Amino acid sequence: MKNIPISAMIGLFFTALYFLMAIFAPLLAPYGMAEVVGGVWEPSSSKHLLGTDNIGRDLLSRMIYGGRTTIFIATAATILSFVTGSVLGFFAAVMGGWVDQVLSRFVDLIMSIPTLIFALVVLSVMPVTLPVLILVMGLLDSTRVYRLARAVAVDITVMDYVEAARLRGEKIAWIIFREILPNALSPLVAEMGLRFIFAVLFVSTLSFLGLGVQPPEADWGGIVKENKEGIVYGISAALLPAVAIATLAISVNLVADWVLNRTTSLKGGRG
Amino acid sequence: MKLVVQRIALGLLLLLAVSVLIFAGTIILPGDVAQSILGQSATPEALANLREELGLNEPAITRYFDWLFAALQGDLGVALTNGRDIAESIGQRMSNTLFLAFWAALISVPLAILLGLIAVRYKDRWPDKAISAITLASISIPEFLIGYLLMYFIAVKLGWFPSVAMIGDHMNLLQKLQAIALPVMVLTLVVLAHMMRMTRAAILNVMQSAYIETAELKGLTGFQVIARHAFPNAIAPIVNVVMLNLAYLVVGVVVIEVVFVYPGMGQYLVDHVSKRDVPVVQACGLIFAAVYIGLNMIADIVSILANPRLRHPK
Repeated sequence: MKNIPISAMIGLFFTALYFLMAIFAPLLAPYGMAEVVGGVWEPSSSKHLLGTDNIGRDLLSRMIYGGRTTIFIATAATILSFVTGSVLGFFAAVMGGWVDQVLSRFVDLIMSIPTLIFALVVLSVMPVTLPVLILVMGLLDSTRVYRLARAVAVDITVMDYVEAARLRGEKIAWIIFREILPNALSPLVAEMGLRFIFAVLFVSTLSFLGLGVQPPEADWGGIVKENKEGIVYGISAALLPAVAIATLAISVNLVADWVLNRTTSLKGGRG
Repeated sequence: MKLVVQRIALGLLLLLAVSVLIFAGTIILPGDVAQSILGQSATPEALANLREELGLNEPAITRYFDWLFAALQGDLGVALTNGRDIAESIGQRMSNTLFLAFWAALISVPLAILLGLIAVRYKDRWPDKAISAITLASISIPEFLIGYLLMYFIAVKLGWFPSVAMIGDHMNLLQKLQAIALPVMVLTLVVLAHMMRMTRAAILNVMQSAYIETAELKGLTGFQVIARHAFPNAIAPIVNVVMLNLAYLVVGVVVIEVVFVYPGMGQYLVDHVSKRDVPVVQACGLIFAAVYIGLNMIADIVSILANPRLRHPK
C-alpha cells in the first residue's frame, strides 16, 4: 500500500468521498430532495450553501441526492455490462468457431451504430424507468467490454494450463471462471474505471435530454436541465454538476491509470 | 482495388443490417406505439383504429420491407405528431447540421494535427503535459456541460457571441457564422482532445522506426524530422483518427444542438424521441447511422489506399 503514487492517492480519496456521499446521502443532505425551502435561484448563503434551484429547492441537497442517483445508475450499468460482456467474450474465445463468429459479428453490428443514437431509438418505444435505463446502458456498453474480454481471453486460451484443463475434461464454466477469469482480471478492472466514467457521462447526457432520470428525482444531468434557463441571467446553478462530474471522472481516471500501469509493469517482468 | 470494393460491399451490408436493427428495435421491443401515442386512458376502439391507420396489424416483415423500399426512394413517411412529411422536415435541418459540422471540422482538424505535432516535438516537456492535462479535463466533462460553461462565460459574462444559435435564410454567411460561433467552439473542443491524443500516439509510433533515428543522426532539427519523415508515414493512421472523430462529431452534434437551440437534425431527433414519434426516430436514426458507417468506411478505404502493401496485395 505504501507504493501508491500521489496522483492515485488523490484519485482514490475523491472517488471514495463521492461513493460515501452517495451511500449516506439522506444523512448528509441538509434538506429533503424535493422540498421547496426558499425563493427561486437564491444566491448561496449560510442557510443554503450552494443557493437554491429553479423552484426554490436547496441545491446542495439536490446535488447530493443527484450524485446518489447518477452514481447508482452508472455503477449498476457498469456491473451489468461487465458481467454480460466478459462472460460472453470469454465464452466466444473458449468456444471459437461459429459461436465466436456469430457473437463477434453481432457485436460489430451494434457498435456500428453510435451508442447515443441507438439508445435514443430504443428509448423512444420503451418506458423511461430506472431498470430500463440501466438495462439499455449496460447492454450497449457490454459490446465494448466484450471486445476487450475476447481479445484478452484469446491470448489466454492458447496457454498450456488451459489445454491441461481441457484434457482433464473440465466443463466450459470451469475453464471460464477458474482458468481464464483470474488471469484476465487486471486489464478488465482498469477498463472498468473508464466504462464507469463513460456511464456517468452517458446517463447525465440522457437526463439532460429529458430521456433519463425523470423529475422529481434528482440527478446531475437533470439538474443542468432544470436550471439551464438561469444561465442567460448569469446564474451559475446549472454549472455545478460540471464540477461534480469532472472531479469524479478525473479521480476515477487517475485510479484506473494507476491500476493499468501497475498491471502492465507486472506483465513486463520485474523491471 | 479488390479490397476497396470488398470494403464498400461490407459497408452496404452493414447498413442493411443496421436498418433491420433499428426497425426491430422499435417494433419487437415490448411497448405499443399506439398505446404510447394515445396514453394510458385511450379507449380500445381508438387504439384499434390507430393501429389500423398505422398499419400495425400487418406482419413485421411486410412493414419492414415497405418502410425500407419507401426510404430508399426518399419517402420517409409522415410524422405521427403533426402529420408533416418527414423527408421535407429533415431536408432543411440536415443542411443546417452539416453547416455546423463542416465549420467545426474545418477548425478542429488542422488544429488537432498541429497540436499533436507540437506535443510530439516537446514530448514529456511542459507543452506536452499541458496539452495532455487539457485533453483529460475536456474528456471528463460531458459535451452539453462544456456548452453551458462556454455559454456562461463567453456569451453571458463577456457578451461576445449570442447564447442561442438561431439561424435562418435571411441571414448572410457572416451573421450565420457569428450565430454558430459558440456551438462550433464546443464541438471543436470535444473532438480536439481525442484527435490530438490519437495523432500524438500515431506519430510517436512512427518515431520508433529506424529511419527516424537515421534522420536524427543526419542532424535534422526536431520539427524537420517530424514533418518530413514521420508525418507522411503517419498519414494513414491520422486520416483514420480524423474520420473517427468526424463520426464522433455527428453524434456530438445531437446534444450540442439541443443546448444551443439550433434548428438541426439532432434537435429534431431528440424532440421526437420524447414525443415517441417512431417514424421520425427511425428515419433520423437511420440517417445518423448511415453517416457514421459511411465515415468509418472512408477511413478504412483511405488507409487501404495510403498503404502500398495493401494497394498491391501479393
